Amino acid sequence: MVTASWYLILAAGLFTIGAVGLLVRRNPLIMFMCVELMLNAVNLTFITFGRELGDIGGQVSVFFVLVVAAAEVVVGLAIVVAINRRRPQATADDLSALRG
Amino acid sequence: METAVFIVCAAIVLAGALGVVLARNPVHAALSLVGTLFGMAVLFLNLEAHFLAAVQIIVYAGAIVVLFLFVIMLLGVDRLEDLSVEPITGQRVLAGIVGLGTFGLAVAFLVTSDIGLPGQEALTGPITDQYSNLRQIADVLFTDYVYAFEATAALLTISVVGAVVMSRRIARADQAQEAPESQEAARDD
Amino acid sequence: MGTLVDLVWLIPAFPLAGVLMLMALGRRLGEPRAGWLATAMMGGSFVATLLVFIGLVGHEGDERETVLTLFEWVPAGKLAVDIGFLADPLSITMALFVTGVGALIHLYSIGYMHGDADFSRFFIYLNLFAFSMLMLVLGDNLLLTFLGWEGVGACSYLLISFWFTDEANASAGKKAFVTNRVGDWGFLVAMLLAFLTFGSLQYGEIFFEVESHGVAAGTASAIVVLLLVGAAGKSAQFPLHIWLPDAMAGPTPVSALIHAATMVTAGVYLLTRMNPIIAEAHGWVPDLIMWVGLGTALMAATIAVAQNDIKKVLAYSTVSQLGFMFVAVGSGAYVAAIFHMVTHAFFKALLFLGAGSVIHGMDGDQDIRRYGGLARLLPITSMTFVAGWLAIAGVPPFSGFWSKDEILAYAYGENKVLWVLLLATAILTAFYMTRLVLMTFFGPPRWVSGDEHVNAEDSADADEPEAHSETAPPHRHPHESPWTMTIPLVVLAGLAMVAGVFNLPFTSDVHFLGNWLKPSLFGNAGHLPFGGGTQWVLALVAIVGSLGGVSAGAAVYIRRRIDPARIEHPFLARAWRIDEIVTNFMGGPGRRAFERTTQFDEQVVDGAVNATGTMIRRGGTKLRVSQSGLVRSYALGIAIGAVALLAWFISRAGI
Repeated sequence: MVTASWYLILAAGLFTIGAVGLLVRRNPLIMFMCVELMLNAVNLTFITFGRELGDIGGQVSVFFVLVVAAAEVVVGLAIVVAINRRRPQATADDLSALRG
Repeated sequence: METAVFIVCAAIVLAGALGVVLARNPVHAALSLVGTLFGMAVLFLNLEAHFLAAVQIIVYAGAIVVLFLFVIMLLGVDRLEDLSVEPITGQRVLAGIVGLGTFGLAVAFLVTSDIGLPGQEALTGPITDQYSNLRQIADVLFTDYVYAFEATAALLTISVVGAVVMSRRIARADQAQEAPESQEAARDD
Repeated sequence: MGTLVDLVWLIPAFPLAGVLMLMALGRRLGEPRAGWLATAMMGGSFVATLLVFIGLVGHEGDERETVLTLFEWVPAGKLAVDIGFLADPLSITMALFVTGVGALIHLYSIGYMHGDADFSRFFIYLNLFAFSMLMLVLGDNLLLTFLGWEGVGACSYLLISFWFTDEANASAGKKAFVTNRVGDWGFLVAMLLAFLTFGSLQYGEIFFEVESHGVAAGTASAIVVLLLVGAAGKSAQFPLHIWLPDAMAGPTPVSALIHAATMVTAGVYLLTRMNPIIAEAHGWVPDLIMWVGLGTALMAATIAVAQNDIKKVLAYSTVSQLGFMFVAVGSGAYVAAIFHMVTHAFFKALLFLGAGSVIHGMDGDQDIRRYGGLARLLPITSMTFVAGWLAIAGVPPFSGFWSKDEILAYAYGENKVLWVLLLATAILTAFYMTRLVLMTFFGPPRWVSGDEHVNAEDSADADEPEAHSETAPPHRHPHESPWTMTIPLVVLAGLAMVAGVFNLPFTSDVHFLGNWLKPSLFGNAGHLPFGGGTQWVLALVAIVGSLGGVSAGAAVYIRRRIDPARIEHPFLARAWRIDEIVTNFMGGPGRRAFERTTQFDEQVVDGAVNATGTMIRRGGTKLRVSQSGLVRSYALGIAIGAVALLAWFISRAGI
């Protein structure tokens, strides 16, 4: 029998991989994918807790996360496209015009 | 049975995630992401979240990943990234510490905790076997969460408009040069 | 309650609407429509005041006090100030003559400002002034009154230096403003002290507090003395009177409206309004008010004797008459003060407008030594001016006689020396006004044949170009003014003649103003300590005095019994050298004190400020490094913070 803890540990692992990926990768697109990984990890914890507590609210929350994630990807990719038009092949480190 | 499914899916999910982080080619990363998302969908089924499993496949794997691939192709950023160099000093070490901290703390909490899962049971919508999963979600979504639901509609509209505005082709430099001429031309007319 | 009284908000709303409309449309309306709009707004305001007045008359005596609160203005802890209007007999009396005289002067200005490049700007200021003055009068708390007080001061400044391209006008405006600041300081401190003492700035609450709990005589004295400083600044009392004569640099309607009829009476109004506190003060405080008033009245009257600028004579006369009002306030004769304020508003506005009409006719020349024989050429102006002259000289039955006589009677009741000096001032008033009228309207014309009276001393200053043009006599074409200017003159002349009936001394029934103002004075009005017989004698003495002053003036300036030069002493012509004393003081010890203050400001105050700034800038330079512009570094920061938070939560959960 798989307990809820296993799902949560899996979610923690997934989240960690996403977070570390976000920190070490320089390609903005891949950084976005890492953000998606972290969101998925959170979704998994939501559903797990929802089932453990017998509440449909967990799944509803995931629904909202999905919607927001979709909006985020749309806007984020538009930004990536806009940046690439000005500075082709720019990495996240190249975009440091706001340096103090 | 459930255990077997979990082990297989967890392996797929983690492998996909590592693939995203480690792939040098963005296209490979996107494909690894699809693997993770599929594994997640199966886990959702395992957790009796049938509707979300379907949405996960359709929206994430179907729409978002396709959007990623589309942008990769559009921009031609299929250049390989050199992962052997890290320009920011200490970034990888600190990232590793942060990763270990996150994971370690979460697992330590789960393993040693004897207070069980926090939270109260079934506050708003208890899960029953009486209705389908889809109907239960809909019941809550269109009653208790209806304002939030409407707000997401507004959010999506705004994000679509924002995406259109930002990805529009504006050649500012050209315009600035042309503008006075066109105004003069208009005046002459 | 009557609904008419609730219209009180309309009174200031009309001029305010006029300001806004003129600011938006003034230039497009142009001349003369901008002036007509402003005049119509003042007319509307006057009608509104009349309606409120009728509404108040409909109430019983004790209920003639209504507060209309529009909204909360300053809610700051204990200090709660509303925008509210107090409609009571005192404020409505003030509002009546402010709007009435104001409307007439607006009408007059249409003719007087004809052809001015900034025609609509002038009317914006006039309407703004009227609005501020009405806020001052109608405000139901000290702060709102102060707002109006500052507003009229600002308008006064703007209007004195209306023709600001001339250096002298601009600096006259500055002088008025700076001198008023000294007075405003007194008002401000008095206001703070009143708030500390009574916990409120609203008149009603302050007076209730005074009535129910009383107030220490020392505190009341301090408040009143500080208010006196403020009132002296605004009402041009010694030693803060120096700005008013210079304020004549503004257009003549402004002198009539602001520097004779309305704004300068604000000090008298304020002291009258605060009468319950004066009643609680030490005995020497009213005496101080009285002697300040007397000193000012006497000094200004002597100065007026020796002035040659028609407007300067009237300006010093105004200072002197305001001194009369202060004497009245000091001797508890609030009714007489307000009565004199009203009659003075009529006849002094009339005199100023008449002077404006003369100046208009003489192509801007203001020197009475180059006037003479104008009665034939300016018939309406001279007739009305004569009415004003008789009123201010105190000849019965003109209005000035009644109000001045009442003040004299109270002064007699207070102190015999005071009475003698005040009577002397009244005689002087009659004398210098006779001089002014005779030199302007009668005698041989001195403007065709050139000017032999200009002595060397005066031709050295600003008069020189005028004197030069005097060698070409055809420049002068005295002519009567247009009807927009003469109608206000006629109306004001009528009022100056009959305004005495507002408050006849014969029986208490015809003491209309006294009965009307009773609710605003809370029984603090003084009473004459003697009966009707003494009053008759005093009145007779006053009549003889004023007639004596008139005939003395005639003797000097028509019969030439005495050489005028012996009377017009240079010391008086230079206004007792007070301006020079002030200049010398400010240029010497004053300047050194300022310089020391500046030093302190630059080194200690600015030093502290700059040091703070430098420290922050250095710290910022250090912190700048952390802003690398690398988004992944920022993300790492967030991640470290998140881990730290997680650790903290888990430690709190008790593992």
